[in-house]
This record gives sequence, C-alpha cells and structure tokens, in this order.
Amino acid sequence: MEKKLKVTSNPHVRERMDTQKIMLCVIISLLPATIFGIVNFGGRAFVIIILSVGTAVLSEACYEKLLHRKYTIKDLSAVVTGLLLALNLPSSVPFWIPILGSAFAIIVVKMLFGGLGQNFMNPALGARCFLVISFTSLMTDFSQYPGYEDVFSGATPLALIKAGGEADPLSMLLGNIPGTIGETSVICLLAGAVFLILMGIIDLKIPGTYIVTFAIFMLIFGGHGFDLNYLTAQLCGGGLILGAFFMATDYVTSPITPMGKVIFGIILGVMTGILRVFGGSAEGVSYAIIFSNLLVPLIERFTVPRAFGILKEKKKKELKANEKGGAKK
Amino acid sequence: MSQRTFKGGVHPFEGKELSKDKPVKEFRPEGEYVFPLSQHIGAPSKAIVEVGDTVLRGQKIAEAGGFVSSPVFSSVSGTVKKLEKRRGAVGDMVDSIIIESDGKFNSVEFKGTEDPSKLSSEEIIKKIQEAGIVGMGGAGFPTHVKLSPKDPKKIDYIIMNAAECEPYLTSDYRTMIESPEKLVSGMKIILSLFPKAQGVFAIENNKLDCIEIFNKLIKGEERMSVTVLVTKYPQGGERQIIHAVTGRDINSKMLPADAGCIVDNVSTIAAIDDAVSRGIPLIDRTFTVTGDAVCEPRNFRVPCGVSFQQILDEAGGFVKEPEKLISGGPMMGFAMFDLSAPVTKTTSALLALGFDEASAEETTNCINCGRCVDACPERLIPSRLADYAMYGNDELFEKWYGLECIECGSCSFVCPAKRPLAQDIKSKKKFVLAAKRAAQAALKAKAEEKSKG
Repeated sequence: MEKKLKVTSNPHVRERMDTQKIMLCVIISLLPATIFGIVNFGGRAFVIIILSVGTAVLSEACYEKLLHRKYTIKDLSAVVTGLLLALNLPSSVPFWIPILGSAFAIIVVKMLFGGLGQNFMNPALGARCFLVISFTSLMTDFSQYPGYEDVFSGATPLALIKAGGEADPLSMLLGNIPGTIGETSVICLLAGAVFLILMGIIDLKIPGTYIVTFAIFMLIFGGHGFDLNYLTAQLCGGGLILGAFFMATDYVTSPITPMGKVIFGIILGVMTGILRVFGGSAEGVSYAIIFSNLLVPLIERFTVPRAFGILKEKKKKELKANEKGGAKK
Repeated sequence: MSQRTFKGGVHPFEGKELSKDKPVKEFRPEGEYVFPLSQHIGAPSKAIVEVGDTVLRGQKIAEAGGFVSSPVFSSVSGTVKKLEKRRGAVGDMVDSIIIESDGKFNSVEFKGTEDPSKLSSEEIIKKIQEAGIVGMGGAGFPTHVKLSPKDPKKIDYIIMNAAECEPYLTSDYRTMIESPEKLVSGMKIILSLFPKAQGVFAIENNKLDCIEIFNKLIKGEERMSVTVLVTKYPQGGERQIIHAVTGRDINSKMLPADAGCIVDNVSTIAAIDDAVSRGIPLIDRTFTVTGDAVCEPRNFRVPCGVSFQQILDEAGGFVKEPEKLISGGPMMGFAMFDLSAPVTKTTSALLALGFDEASAEETTNCINCGRCVDACPERLIPSRLADYAMYGNDELFEKWYGLECIECGSCSFVCPAKRPLAQDIKSKKKFVLAAKRAAQAALKAKAEEKSKG
C-alpha cells in the first residue's frame, strides 16, 4: 500500500452537519425578516445591513491577522452576528453606528474572550446595549418610518401603549410599524423560526418557556387583566419574537443542559416582564437576554442531569429500606 | 407491533446493503494461524502446547488462567511453530501461539449431547466454560461467568442482542437468516439454567425478515418472545437494550443481573448451542468483510486465527486504495495499522473505507450547541466532560457522571465542531479508573501493614 493508512480513535464516521452549515441555516432563517426590513424601511436599511455584516467579518479577519491566529471567518458566525446587530438597529441611525457596533461586538464581546464559543454574552446584543447606553437618542429615534412621521412622531407601538395609547395588533403581526429593521414583522420572523426548528437547529425549550412565562407575567402584572389586544401587542412588539427565537437560543450563551434551558427561558420571561412593566424603557428584551446570559454558568451547575440508570437519592434510600424489610420477613 | 427504544442515540449511514444478501461462505485457507492468549476480559490463558507439537482442530492449546478467563482451542490441524508476541487488531502486542496449518483440518472427535434438557445446570455451565465461549459482540466477557449469577431465580429475562446496531456489520443478520434453529436451541439451553426467565429475541426493525422467522419458529414456545426495537445506534448497547426490552435501568456499577437480565450476542448464543448440543468448542466465527474499498463485500465463516489479509484476498482484495482499515464497525471498531492481525473470538468484521471522515475535517471551537447532549444515550454532557478531561479536572469529570460513559461514540459522530469528544472522555475515564484502583491497592497495602505491625 502506497498511501498511508489513517489510524484514529472511534467513531470513524461523522455526521455531515458542521458549524458553517448551522450558521448558514441561521442566516437563511433571518432572510425573510431582513428582506421585509429592507422593503419596509427602504435602501437605508440595506446599507446598514451591509455595513454591519461587512464590519463584523472584516474585524474578525483583522483581529486574527494581527494576532497570527487561524482565520475563522469561514464558519459564518461573524455574518450572523453582524446581521443580528443590523436587525436590532433603527433604520435612522448614522452609518458609523453599525460599523462601531459590529466592531465592538466582534472584537470586545467575542474575540477578546477567545472567539467563537468562548464569549459569555451574545455579541450582537452586547453591542446593541453598548450603543443604546452610549448613543441613546440615536438608537431610540424611529422617526424614519415613512407615513408615521406626522401622526405618531415615530413612537413604537410599545412606547405608545406605555404612554397610554393603543396599538393595532394586525399591523404588528405584519410588521408595517416603526421599530428596528428586523424586529417588526412577526410573521417573517416566525417563518424563519419554523425553518430553524424543522432543520433541527433550535428547539422550543428556550423560546417556548420564554414566551409562555412572559405572557403569564404580563397577565398578572401588566395591569390590563385579560386584554387580548394588549397581550398580542406585548408579544409581537419590542423584538420579543426576534429575541426569543434568534438570540436567546444562541448556543454559546445559553445553557447546554435540557433542564437549564427551561429555567433560562423562565428567567428570560420574568426579566423581560419586570423590565417592561416596572422599567424605564418599553422594550427590555436585549437587557433581559444579556442579563440571563450571565447566569448561564450558575444555571448549568444546578441542572446537571442525572445519568442513565442513576437513581435519585430518595429512591435509593427507599430501595434499601425495602430490601432490609424484605430480609426481616 | 409496538417498537421499543431508548432516549438519545444517532442514525449513522447503515451500509448493510453491501453484504446483507451475501450468504455465509465457509473459508478455510492454509498457512499460518495466530491464536492470542488474551481474547477475552480477565486473566490471560496459559499455553499448554510447546513448539513442535502437532495439534488437531478443536484441540485445547491454552487453558483458562482463572475463573474469569477462558481456554483457547486450535481451529486447524498442524504444527506449533512459535510462541511469541504478535500485534492484535486493537494494536497491542499479545502473547500468541502460532500454528502452521497442514491444510487438512483433521479434528478431534466432538462429543455432543442428544438431549441438552437432561443436563444439570452445572453440567451446562461446565460445557460452556470448557468450550472457551466469551461474549462475541466485542467485549469478550467469559460467558460462563455471565451465566453464573448469585441467584439464578432472580433472572427474569434472557435477551438475545440481535440489534446489530453497528453500521455495515451483517454477520448476526446472516446467522439469524441461515440458522435460526440454532439460536432457538441455544436460547432453550440458557433458559434451562434460569427457571423464572423469559427468553427475548430483541431485533431491530430494519431486519423485518428475521422478526418474521423468529415469530414463526417460537410459536408454541411459552417462554420465548420477540421484541421489535427501533433501528438506532447504540440500540445494541447492553444498558440500552435492557432499557428497551424491560424498562429497567442500570448504571456502570451494576451488572445486567442486578436488573434481572442476561444479555447475550447472537454469535454467542449460536456458539453455546454448538458447544452443548454438538460438543464443538469456539473455533470458528462468522465474519463480515465490507466497506467501499473492498472488491466483493461478503460474509464468511472462518476459523479463528486466520489473518485479516487472507480473508480480504478471498473477497477479491481492494477495489480502491483504502484510507482506513477497521476491525469491527465504524462506530466502535478499532483502526488498524495493517492486515496482519488475526481474527479472534471477538472480531466480527473487517471494514475498509476509501475515505476517512473522522480525520477529514479539522476540529473547531465548541459552540455549545448541545447536539452531543441530545445524542448521548447515557444522558451525559459530553462537551463538558471532554473539557474536564482536557483540563485534567477529575473531580468535576466524576461529578458530571463521566464514568457512566459507554464509549459508543455518538457524541463525536454528531459534533458539528468535529471535536473528538468520545476519545477525550474515554481516555480520561481510563485514567480516573486506574487512579481509583491504585488508591484502593494502596489502602489495602496500608491496612495489611497495619495488621502485621
């Protein structure tokens, strides 16, 4: 035999799915919302998306070049980060905002902690919160929305409700309302989410518990009782769907244990509710997610599943007692 | 028909079509035969022949080295050429007896039993022990030990592990198609040892023809039944098949007998029938040669001790240059350096792959996706265990149940970052277990010293 044989440990076969394909699926799933955002908010949104994605990929490449690391941009995770950040920006922001935000997301939140898989906080959301805190007026200016300028002076539906107004649930489902580029169309986002679930990329553990917990919280503490309009508006608005299906489910910053995922979802729901009802801003999804990201190591520590065939301590004692009892008889 | 399974597991490419429909062909080449003295778990056997001795087929050439051990028999007639260390399929050097075959296959006289039901339990177990039968699925645990639990009345199930969940392998399948009566007879013999047990033929639903055959054959047998299993890897794992059939769970510190079960592989049960009914010791085995690099994938009945190379030649050699040669299946088999290793009691297949998926892709960072968690049949968190293994954190490794790993390789199979999770966990497990044994031995030595002082 001329060619040398490969000798490795088992198993000798691998599934086809890899990191790049997973990221590609996430990008595809975000496309409906992205396209809707461009149609809804115009060419400016398109430019912001391109700048954000471009900067994300470029800053990852530059960082790795400077530090003589292996290039990892092929795994497409930087594209996902850039795209998610853009979808979380209002279309009215100046063009340096997506550039600054993307660079911050990739370099500070992701690469400084060791790159993909090592960051403790969702990079896109970390960057968004950084931008909101630093440039509040720019980041909360939704006045660009055509047609709304005069009447609503660009307030998002949730801000309207908070101020005592009403919102139209149907347009919130469709998405022809002011807001950030990618968060407005619930239908487009759900289409993407269904695709991710069908492809086996995400499951309902986190988004399901998140949304249900949040709905229950709002029913109890929202102060509107059982008001279907109010509840729909709360669920559809403020980026909850985008956050629940695309950002809370970020593998790296969510618990890996099955039970941990459920607890993570519950904490998210409660946190979002608290921030919306008692907090200053009307949204709160971003803060809820990055706060819960920080709790992940703690959640995991308390939710290590019992291995197959390992009995609960209680049951063990019962069994022992039974055996002793049996022996006496 | 209800189909049973376990939680977790994976669906690798089956590849069984390659050799599934090829009848088992008897193949007895001339030349050199190698009989390693360690073909089982437990103490190595002790050679009882010398260089220059002439031996017959079926003659004992090494006796058991203890209770948890097993004798070795020559599968050919010929002359003992050497006693030396030879490389086995797993890659280690093992003391072996090398016999030059005279090509005649003259055998000793095999004394069978007309009616095995008249034998006592002790006689049956003795016959199995003296036939050198060990678990032929791969582990090689001496079968007579397995069949001697503390209390035979507490055994409720004898499970024939016919899942054959490992891709590409078809030797169990062919055995079930070609000689199912042998398996039913073998099962009857085992059942006679356990008065309260039910015999279960547990077969995956990708072998519907076998299920039909056994359903027909066991009509009227009150103590036997067929259980249909979902086709999934590792359905044939001992703990997984027990769970699927009985709903009982065992962990690494328990034996199947603790859950009232005894699990035996298809080939093992056939060997039990051969040993008890016909008096033939374990000298031949059914063997699959397969893979995309093999010219004519097929099934053989070969004498133990024959080299992989000889069987491959009989299958027409390679159709293309192989990248990887595996003893066993692709999920739990061992990659080999060459084809000089002999077929032993526990080797079931030679798999030659033209392309090695395992080394084709580079390992990247873990993205914490949890696919390994979903795939793990033992409900572990493989990605974390591999981290602890890498950082040398024994304490957390054990706390997160690292020692429960069954080394099935499902985690490495699904990992999108292509991490060698199973490899990391497996090696750490060995270190932790070795450290534990060392600590125990030290404790014992100390206690002895104290009692002396």
